[in-house]
Amino acid sequence: MKHAYTWGAIAVIVAASVTGDVLMSRAMKQVGDVGELWRKRGMLVVIGRVLRHPYFVLGILAMAVAFFSLLFGLSWGDVSLVAPATASLTFVGNAAAAKVLRHEHVDQRRWIAACLVACGVALLAA
Amino acid sequence: MTFRKYLVLAGVAIFGSVGDSLLSRGMKEVGNISIHNLQAVFFAVRDPWIISGIFLLFAFFAAYVTALSWADLTYVLPATSIGYVLLALIAKFILHEQVTPGRWLGILLITAGVGFVAGGPALTHAHDHLAEHAEVASVGGES
Repeated sequence: MKHAYTWGAIAVIVAASVTGDVLMSRAMKQVGDVGELWRKRGMLVVIGRVLRHPYFVLGILAMAVAFFSLLFGLSWGDVSLVAPATASLTFVGNAAAAKVLRHEHVDQRRWIAACLVACGVALLAA
Repeated sequence: MTFRKYLVLAGVAIFGSVGDSLLSRGMKEVGNISIHNLQAVFFAVRDPWIISGIFLLFAFFAAYVTALSWADLTYVLPATSIGYVLLALIAKFILHEQVTPGRWLGILLITAGVGFVAGGPALTHAHDHLAEHAEVASVGGES
């Protein structure tokens, strides 16, 4: 039963993380290169711009769901299973979501990386 | 990619894995949370290990959003997955968890994925890239 709880938590973490990552990526691309903005306008302007961006706020909400699910997951399973499994499955989910929703060019190089990570996840879960 | 940008990616990997380890240490101290007593998870945030973990995960988050401002999601995630090797070492030698040969192999495969993306371009979608430069240029014009 504990095993089922752990994998249930992992599923919730992955879904919430992919949503959060895609929203966050979109927000940060619209904000622009943080390093350049920081040099030109200072830290407070950068922080203000980021924190006021609606996609950033929605991304934070999704990540908060992922975070509390992670706390549950870590109380039920080993960190060396829960943390890499969730983050790696999130990566595979993100590769698909980034291609479809963010129109990133997920080329052969990135798909090979996705396959390696997917195999790695399968081994972690074994 | 500049040296400073590689440092940001290293920060994502290190802060993330050490933060996760601190959370794990704290949650083991707090103990199992019953499915009938879910609100107990909110009391967990008073544990010093959890507080330290949250602090480091804030640092991770700052480095992560900074990286996302100049690189693709599908670049940042695998490029920073080297943190799992660090996480496995912490899990084995500090948290004394059992890391089986199968898990080590899994961690190696994930790390191999880093090699495939690290040599490629960090940003591939032109639309946002142009939007980003327009944004920076407009900011430069204002100042």
